[in-house]
Amino acid sequence: MTDFLFFLFSAMAVLSAIFMVMQSNPVASVLYLVVTFFSLSGLFVILDAHFIAAVQVIVYAGAIMVLFLFVIMLLNLGSAEVGDLRRGLSQLLAGSVAVALVAVFARLFLVETDPAVPEASALDPLLEAQGAVAAVAEPLFTRYLVAFEVTSVLLLVAVVGAVVLARRRAP
Amino acid sequence: MNAGYLADLALVLSAVLFAIGVGGVLVRRNAIIVFMCVELMLNAVNLSLVTFSRLHGIDGQIIVFFVISVAAAEAAVGLALILAIFRHYETVDLEAFRRLRW
Repeated sequence: MTDFLFFLFSAMAVLSAIFMVMQSNPVASVLYLVVTFFSLSGLFVILDAHFIAAVQVIVYAGAIMVLFLFVIMLLNLGSAEVGDLRRGLSQLLAGSVAVALVAVFARLFLVETDPAVPEASALDPLLEAQGAVAAVAEPLFTRYLVAFEVTSVLLLVAVVGAVVLARRRAP
Repeated sequence: MNAGYLADLALVLSAVLFAIGVGGVLVRRNAIIVFMCVELMLNAVNLSLVTFSRLHGIDGQIIVFFVISVAAAEAAVGLALILAIFRHYETVDLEAFRRLRW
């Protein structure tokens, strides 16, 4: 069952990512990207990252994609039926760069089986003992506390920056 | 499915998604869709981090958490930039952005 779901979510993620790139209507593109994000969050559940899966749905599929839709609506791009795909040479370039990247990553990742790789998930005992949220929260609020606090400053700066940039200039 | 095999498949999937993102950045001219392709690349990296975290311990998931919050900040600022550029050029076509200052 897990294997089947893994392949289902993988196929959904790849296909909707390709549709996202190929779609000429930006709104349809955003919706395909939401499908990709949902499939990825399903994959995160399969890979024992339950908390990350929930955050993925809330932050990415919820907040960020709504922001994108909002900007598309604000700029009135929803009805753009004119394709904006680059033609000829740059399609060839993009295709070959993509294939080369997949080859390089596959070579990096699959070059040999690491003998340290365990048979089952290394997280199972931790998740068993603490549960999915506490396993992430405990290091987040101890070892990574400084980074966590700095992130809040970063978000504040981003909010202020977005307001300053998007503000209408006074005439 | 054993953990090593599942991890290999997930890593190949993340490589494929990253490559689709790169291809999208190279092939599209709509700034918003290029930006969405960047988000797709960030997500592909998140997938590989989660996979490695399954093999080596919980720290990968923490890094994914930070990546997601940085991506949220980046999306807000980037869309505000696109909005400001659109006000000036009346288009989001990347070919139209030829000058660095205005």
